Amino acid sequence: MGVEGIGASVVRKEDRRFITGKGRYVDDIKLLGMTHAHFIRSPHAHAKIKGIDGSAAMKMPGVVAVLTGQEIVDDKIGNLICGWAITSKDGTPMKMGAWPAMAPETVRFVGQAVAVVLAETKNQARDAAEAVVVNYEELPAVADVKAAIKPGAPQLHPEAPGNVIYDWHIGDDAAVKAAFAKAANVVNLDLTNNRLVPNAMEPRAAIADYDTAEEHFTLYTTSQNPHVARLVLSAFYNVAPEHKLRVIAPDVGGGFGSKIYIYPEEMVALWASKKVGRPVKWTGDRTEAFLTDAHGRDHVTHAEMAFDKDNKILGLRVKTHANFGAYMSLFSSAVPTYLYATLLSGQYVIPAIYAEVLAVYTNTTPVDAYRGAGRPEASYLLERMMETAARQLKVDPAELRKKNFITTFPYQTPVIMAYDAGDFNASIDAAMKAIDYAGFAARKAKAKADGKLRGIGVSCYIEACGIAPSKAVGSLGAGVGLWESAEIRVNPVGTIEVLTGSHSHGQSHETTFAQLIAERLGVPISQVSIVHGDTDKVQFGMGTYGSRSIAVGGTAIIKAMEKIESKAKKIAAHALEASENDIVIENGEFKVTGTDKSIALPMVALAAYTAHNLPDGMEPGLKETAFYDPTNFTFPAGAYICEVEVDASTGKTSFVNFVAADDFGRLINPMVVEGQVHGGLAQGIGQALLEHAVYNENGQPITASFMDYTMPRADDLPSFKVQHTTTLCPSNPLGVKGCGEAGAIGASAAVINAITDAIGHNKLEMPATPDRVWHAIHG
Amino acid sequence: MYETNYHRASSVDEAATLFAKGKEAKYLSGGQTLLPVMKQRLASPSDVIDLARIKDLVGCSGTTSGIQIKAATTHYEVSQDATVRKAIPALCHLASLIGDPAVRHRGTIGGSLANNDPAADYPAAVLALNATVKTNKRTISADDFFQGLFTTALEDGEIITAVDFPVIDKAGYAKFPHPASRFALTGVFVARTHGGDVRVAATGASQSGVMRVGGIEAALKANWSANAIDSVKVSADGLLSDIHGSSDYRANLIKVMAQRAVQAAG
Repeated sequence: MGVEGIGASVVRKEDRRFITGKGRYVDDIKLLGMTHAHFIRSPHAHAKIKGIDGSAAMKMPGVVAVLTGQEIVDDKIGNLICGWAITSKDGTPMKMGAWPAMAPETVRFVGQAVAVVLAETKNQARDAAEAVVVNYEELPAVADVKAAIKPGAPQLHPEAPGNVIYDWHIGDDAAVKAAFAKAANVVNLDLTNNRLVPNAMEPRAAIADYDTAEEHFTLYTTSQNPHVARLVLSAFYNVAPEHKLRVIAPDVGGGFGSKIYIYPEEMVALWASKKVGRPVKWTGDRTEAFLTDAHGRDHVTHAEMAFDKDNKILGLRVKTHANFGAYMSLFSSAVPTYLYATLLSGQYVIPAIYAEVLAVYTNTTPVDAYRGAGRPEASYLLERMMETAARQLKVDPAELRKKNFITTFPYQTPVIMAYDAGDFNASIDAAMKAIDYAGFAARKAKAKADGKLRGIGVSCYIEACGIAPSKAVGSLGAGVGLWESAEIRVNPVGTIEVLTGSHSHGQSHETTFAQLIAERLGVPISQVSIVHGDTDKVQFGMGTYGSRSIAVGGTAIIKAMEKIESKAKKIAAHALEASENDIVIENGEFKVTGTDKSIALPMVALAAYTAHNLPDGMEPGLKETAFYDPTNFTFPAGAYICEVEVDASTGKTSFVNFVAADDFGRLINPMVVEGQVHGGLAQGIGQALLEHAVYNENGQPITASFMDYTMPRADDLPSFKVQHTTTLCPSNPLGVKGCGEAGAIGASAAVINAITDAIGHNKLEMPATPDRVWHAIHG
Repeated sequence: MYETNYHRASSVDEAATLFAKGKEAKYLSGGQTLLPVMKQRLASPSDVIDLARIKDLVGCSGTTSGIQIKAATTHYEVSQDATVRKAIPALCHLASLIGDPAVRHRGTIGGSLANNDPAADYPAAVLALNATVKTNKRTISADDFFQGLFTTALEDGEIITAVDFPVIDKAGYAKFPHPASRFALTGVFVARTHGGDVRVAATGASQSGVMRVGGIEAALKANWSANAIDSVKVSADGLLSDIHGSSDYRANLIKVMAQRAVQAAG
């Protein structure tokens, strides 16, 4: 309804303040009497702390305090937790090592905090930090996931013998064995899913402010989920009781998952603020972001797929080693299990699946969810497998996929997920048409004649978004429910505030959520404010991750809106002396259908608040709340195809074309969706070609700056052709599925499949740097 | 960044005097290396003496034997300069490939040479073109100037004032950028004099900084063509090896970039 409702590519409301430098980020906030924190971090991957001497630092100008890990332990501040319990094959619970906010005895990765200096200025804190003497006794370290489980490997945590956190499995081993026993062909694949650094544009930051009079804390922090942060800080870390802690996540400059978690720095800031009786501010720098933001992925996998004589898939067997880093981050355990192995059916009918996942500690930065979170790993595995299989079976890769596509819905996979809707043929057909797949053979031949190596690669991804039905995830070990909340306040003058538990840190909620209201009421989005990111303003909510905000948060808004409309219609009917059932809402007016009688929304709102003439027994006011728990995941899916040319003399890959055909269900704002796809594709292509967090064998990071870690630049990327096919999601009233992660989930396999097609063999790992591709060509 | 004393010199002599007074003074030109290093607290000069505002140190001009680029001339200015473009267009091309626009508007040729980063672009041009580095004390030939990683013939307090490039018959530069930093993973500058002498210099490749590539020089002297390099063997010994390029890959890049540089030179 209206020019700003669902389906309109409305320009983003938030952009004016961002592009004029008026965004308000944590680091922009300055409090009276604020002290500045500088953390002292371990230069060693594994070491015993023999002593910390802050006495010289305490004498330096401006120093307020030097606080150590032992003090935070002494004050009974809790260890960091992992909020999703995974049970091993043998029925034992996962084995979690203790993670204090600052290390009192042992450091287990480079960058782990051991102490903090508070001073009047940032520079004074930094100066004094250099005067703190930490005496370490170095221990042997291990960074590689397979090396960490070898006998004799350095041991990280006494709780986890052999460095194994869990040995988990899913699916039916016997059924898979039977499938392979009758297979006409078996395809093997070994691959590595490279470790990535999220690198949000805004580094993490925190300001903690303890009010002695009220015994109340305020925490400003870079969070994707401020309520979850408050809950965890209160319930598990013993920093402050929940009603005495306000968490504010103001403008946040990107997260990609890395700002879901509660990190040591905000715990220390809260604790230290009470200790010194002054506000404490910490703003991380880029090096700290590289060293301490939870990394993404880092899987080593062996997979086998069985086919019958007609090239139908019979079964899939997967064994994955997942590198968790030195500690279990907040949702780390769920990523290589329920966010990964449950998607191993992909878009295909696979009668039998069995997957095993070994979760392993190493002396590296903790690993957790990063854009896609498990689903990119599943998609990359399956889509490289399908490409490898097509080449081995000597059939067209697109045809092999089509032959095995799921075509009837709902479809129950052997690995928990029940796909509710989709049309995978529509997506791949759209992508094949857009890239002129049929004409590729001729293009490849022409390129070959010109001395060029050209390749094409397909990737058909599916993801589980709209996370998640609370009962379902609870049964799988989740420590929280994953519903969402909304409150809608229609003010007496008819303007509208929507308080959402979702959090926008780049997702455009201020625009798209307002469009939901515009759609229902026909009011301009300028009359709608989206309020989020403050636990004192907004009712409890679960935050933004897993492409959940429109499917779960948006539906909560619709549910609250239904209540608002119901009450407003009653008020309008009363005022117009008509039946409630005859009231329709159009362009901001409540009309009696079939007549010229109407009353504008502001008048209805005013009536609700003056309460001079309301229906008998009706409460005054026009404000409603809804908590929405989804009934199923949503299943965005699509097909990406890319065509590349590889320079054999340098190994450099250039894009000829990259097309996307995504099915996100109903689109609220197609321009915003296209932007989300572009960003996701950039990160997916970044993983395929450029990005790699590398440690040496002693656990020293060797890509801890942009001089060594290759972030995608605009000129690394092609001009994308993004299009959509649509099946509406039947599991929510909007028919939406979510679009935030798709690009990052589907793009990597398309790129690697194209390069391996160009070079004529399959031995290539991500990132496919020119050096690696050149070696793959020349041996 | 640690505290430091900033001085803006108005002449080369004043700069040298200020340097001598400082306990651990550093010259600042474009600051594209020094300032990031200071911000990371990896350098703590007592005094920073800014050379970039000295008018005598900026500009490009023709000389009787070639062209002169003064030391504080920015990469952007070199990339756009008509005199340079007429005499040695490959130098304009090289300057246009350095860093990004922000770097090119600040960074200077003198700063780049004095720093002698093993992956910087300018050292390849200076060495291949057999240029002469002029300082406030003397002139230094290119062959003598570069002495290994971040090491030059410059004495403590010595200031580069200009670089003299001789006239040239043909010159070309081809660079394979480091994927992350966009420095040269390997860059090769090829030059042929009117007398037929050929010099080839590679940057980004060697553990010892900018290097001449004798095998390619000989091949090109015999036959100035990209094909002439096909059969040249470039050894990987002594070349850098890291996650972005193994030594054998860099050895290959030396050949491939040399071929492309010859093609660009015409």
